Order: sequence, then C-alpha cells, then structure tokens
Amino acid sequence: MAEIDPVISVRGLRNAFGDQVIHDNLDLDVRAGEILGVVGGSGTGKSVLMRSIIGLQEPKAGEITVLGTSMRGKEEDEAFEVRKRWGVMFQGGALFSTLTVAENVQVPLREFYPQFDRDLLEEIARYKIQLSGLPPEAAHKYPSELSGGMKKRAGLARSLAMDPELLFLDEPTAGLDPIGASKFDELTRSLQDTLGLTVFLITHDLDTLYAICDRVAVIADKRVIAIGKIDELLSTDHPWIHEYFSGPRGRAARLGHERQI
Amino acid sequence: MALPADFIEEQLPEGGTVLRLGGTLAITHISDLDERLRALPEGVIQIDLTRIEHIDTVGAWLVYRTARDQGATIIGADLDAQRLIAAVSGSDEQMIEAPRLSPVVRVFEELGEAVSSTAHTFVEFVGFIGQCVKAVFNLLLHPRRLRFHSVVQHFDMVGVRALGIIGLMSFLIGIVIAQQGAVQLRQFGAEIWTVNLIGRLTMRELGVLMTAIMVAGRSGSAFAAQIGTMKITEEVDAMRTIGVVPVEALVIPRVIATVLMMPLLGLYASLVAIVGGGLFCWMTLDMPPTTFVQRIREVTPLTDFYVGMVKAPVFGAIIALAGCFQGMRVHGNAEQVGLKTTAAVVQAIFLVIVLDAFFAVFFTEIGWD
Repeated sequence: MAEIDPVISVRGLRNAFGDQVIHDNLDLDVRAGEILGVVGGSGTGKSVLMRSIIGLQEPKAGEITVLGTSMRGKEEDEAFEVRKRWGVMFQGGALFSTLTVAENVQVPLREFYPQFDRDLLEEIARYKIQLSGLPPEAAHKYPSELSGGMKKRAGLARSLAMDPELLFLDEPTAGLDPIGASKFDELTRSLQDTLGLTVFLITHDLDTLYAICDRVAVIADKRVIAIGKIDELLSTDHPWIHEYFSGPRGRAARLGHERQI
Repeated sequence: MALPADFIEEQLPEGGTVLRLGGTLAITHISDLDERLRALPEGVIQIDLTRIEHIDTVGAWLVYRTARDQGATIIGADLDAQRLIAAVSGSDEQMIEAPRLSPVVRVFEELGEAVSSTAHTFVEFVGFIGQCVKAVFNLLLHPRRLRFHSVVQHFDMVGVRALGIIGLMSFLIGIVIAQQGAVQLRQFGAEIWTVNLIGRLTMRELGVLMTAIMVAGRSGSAFAAQIGTMKITEEVDAMRTIGVVPVEALVIPRVIATVLMMPLLGLYASLVAIVGGGLFCWMTLDMPPTTFVQRIREVTPLTDFYVGMVKAPVFGAIIALAGCFQGMRVHGNAEQVGLKTTAAVVQAIFLVIVLDAFFAVFFTEIGWD
C-alpha cells in the first residue's frame, strides 16, 4: 500500500468566467485516507475547485481524475460508478426541503439501489443519522425545522448515505458556534477513522486545520501555491501564508492546538 | 473481482447454527442478502466473519441486526468490522418510528386542518386589511412617506406592460361574443341584437372581469412572489429594524397602483372587445362600422359604463391585497413562495367572481339594468 494512485488528481486546471480567470494551471493531488484542508482568501476559487472536481463546473482546460476516472466532459448521467463512491456536503446542507431528514438520506440509496427493501432503507437512514451526531427524533423533521448546525449534520448524513470512499465538505464549520464547530471537527475525524474516508475539506476555520487536517493546500495566485503539513507551509516564504497562519487568529488557533496536545 | 456477499449455515454439534458470511459485505454487493437474513429461522448462535473480504457500514448493520435479532455472537471480526459494527450499533437505543396514521384518520385530520387553516387565514386577512387601513391613515397624516416612486413603477408593471396581452385577449373575446351571439340570434332572425350583446356584455361584465382575472394572474402572483422572496431573504425584517413599515413600503404602493390601473385597463379591455365585435359584425353580418358605432351608442346605457368602473377598482384592491397578503404570509423555505403565489391567484379570482355576483344583483336592484 506504499505508492497508490492519488484519489483525486488535478493537472493544469484552468477555470474562467468571461475574462476573469479563477484558476490557471492548477495542480493538486489528494492521497487516499487523508484529510486535506483547502484554504485560500475569499474569491480565490476554493468552491469552484471543488465544483470542478465533482463535475458541476466545466473547466476551460486541464485534466481531473477522481478515483481513477477522468471527469472531464462527463454529463450528470455519466460516471455513475464514481458518483456512487463519493459524498458531497454543501455549505448550507442543500437538503431537499420537501423531504424529511430520513428521506433526504434515502434519496441517493433509492436512486442507486431501487431494489432495497423499505425497512432496510429506514434502518440505514437511522444509523447514518446517528453516525452524524443527530438525535433520533431529527429523522422525521423537515429541514426548515432544523437549526443551522443540525442542517449541516443532516447534509453530512446524506453525503454518507452511500458509504463513500471520498467525502467533500464545503466549509463544514462555517456559521457554527465554537462548541458546535469543534464537535463537527471531532465527528469528521472519527468518521474518517471509522469509515476510512478520504476527505476534501474547504475551510476558513484555522482551528479545523490544526485539529483534523493531515495536509493543507493553499490556493492563491490562481493555483495551489503550497501543500503539506502546516509546519511545512510555514517554512515557505509566501506572504499570504504567513499572514494567514501567523496573524492573531492563526496564532490563537496554534496555541489552542498545542495546549490540547 | 469482488465476490458478492453470501453466507452458509452450518449446524454446530452442540446445537444451534453458525452463519458463515463471505464475500464483499458492502452496499454494492449485498443484493438480496437483506431479505435472506431476515428470512432466517431462529437458532443462529454465532455469526462468523472470518471469510469476508471487505465490509462497510451497510454490511456492518446487517451483521449487527441479525446478531441482535437472533441473539447471536459475532466471531472472527477483524478490527475494521468491529469498529464499523460498534459505530452502527448506537442507532438502536432510541428507535423512533415515523408516526403512521390510518387513511380514515388522515382524511379527518386533513379536513380538520383545512377548516382550521381557512379560519386562521380569514382572521389573518382581516388583520392584514386592518394594517393596510392603518397604513393608509398614517400616509394621509404624513403624505411624504408615501413611496411615490414605487407607485409609479407599479403603474408600469401592472398597467402599461399588461396592455398587449389584455388587448389581445379582449379583442378575441369580442369576436367570440359576436360570433356566438350571431349564431344563436340568427335562429330568431334577430342578428341585429348581436350589437346589444357585445356592447352591454363587455362594458358591464366581461371587460372588467377578464381584466381582473388577467391582472390576478400577472400581477397578483408577482406581488406574492416578490414579497414572499423578500420575506425569505429577511429583507422585510431588515426594513422593520430600520424603521420602515413593510405594509407602507411594500403593500400600499402596489394596492394604489392596482386600484388606479384596474379601471383604466377595464375600460381599455371593453373598448378593444367592442372593436373586435364590430370587426366581426362588419365582416360577417355586413354591418358597416358607422352603423355599428351608432347602434352601440343607442343600446349601451351610460350606467353600464358606471357599473364597470365601480367594480374595477374594487377588484383591483382585492387582487393586490390578496397578492400582498399571501406574500407576507410566506415563511420558512422557497417552496412556500410557490404555494402562496398559487394561493394568491386562486383567492383573488375566487373573491373577484363572488363579488361580481353580488355587484350584479346590487346594480339590478338599484335600477341600473
């Protein structure tokens, strides 16, 4: 298991909206079993990168390979085999508002495994909801009846529905209170341990980076300028990285992390 | 190639059976394993996982559930399997089933809910009208607070931009009235009375009524959707915190614009319908336009015009109020906007037709027939 292919491999990615170039010649590898944090200033295209990888945004150039399958030019109804193997959690949860939480979790299962018994679907939904740290009574609630943090957990439960190998999380802790955020971090870590996930995690949360990320990729100047452990990042001399990790918040997060160890 | 999940049963010498699972115990490979495990007779005392190649949470759940139901012990689980089984087993402690009611109870429940929500809506609507009246008084006291710009903008939206579609619709309706009327009246040799039909029907009833239906569909729905969206994005709440009264800023300009535009649109619709009818009379009944206009002036009393012009602003007020009211009732999610928009149109058209019936009786009673 020493040298295995990266789970996600991005080569020479170029994204542009009109004249505005978001990514130019961007390379990125995500290794199996790691939690990769993706950081960058607002508007540097972290979400666009994620959308390109999962096929929601057609890049102008470049090659994207996910779980050994090229994702370029794939329509929604193609590459089912890959789509079965990943889960995506959007920033606001993106739950289907007309369905209860349990039904939301069952949507991908019904889509890919229509032959499953209803009881089994219910059972699967129930334990996924429990794995995501939601109370059991949340299962039959509608998204509008949930708080922001619970919506995120419900979104996580849905993204875990298919037992994915690869999990995309878009700002999972944004808008959560610090207690909720660190609980969510713990949850991500423990799920990663339990289920052996590879996690692609976009975040602004420095505490999350310190607490759970194996490696961090920094996006600036339209590409990934550095990738590695935080200590390795600090040894590079890019001003943005220093400002980011050595600013007051960065120092506080680091202190908090060191104290915990 | 991964093998599908499967199992064999083995009798143990000391009694009971052992279940030896094998293959890939994952969501992709379980196929009918769920049903087969459920169908197992009792007496399984051990579940052996030594021969499985891979396990995920679905597989772990199936193993756990079978072990739980049969009271069996799990043996031969590697670390992965143990961890996954431990992870899924937590969901069992507090099982909460979705409440399921019998169909009969559900029918009564829905009926009851419909009755109570109708009553609530009515009370809310009365309250909303009260708010509007209060806002109107406030604006009369402080006329400068009226959003004149917004009123003019809605003149354009409700009135000017509706001219095309309402014109086309009325023109066609005029032709239909003339054509159908002529066919029926010909049987009595009374084709000349077609003119009465066109003049009176359009001025008195159809011009305003069809306009009201069109405005309800075009503008009433737009009001509900606009205000509903603003409710969802918390713009309405933001207004309140700044000190702007939402009813003054959002509802009153729309109501004023619709009340003022409806008579104009109604009159316009009636005239276009008469033109359409006249054209038909000219083409098929060989009645020259001058004769037609003269006949129209003779047979259509001025009271018909009054009837239309009294009804139009009332209809306009109802349409605008229903639209804004439903918009203000939106809360929660985007789906609500769609529901309330539909409700706004249905409510507006329903109220318009009910009121039209009352008006018909009323005007006949006071001698405007």
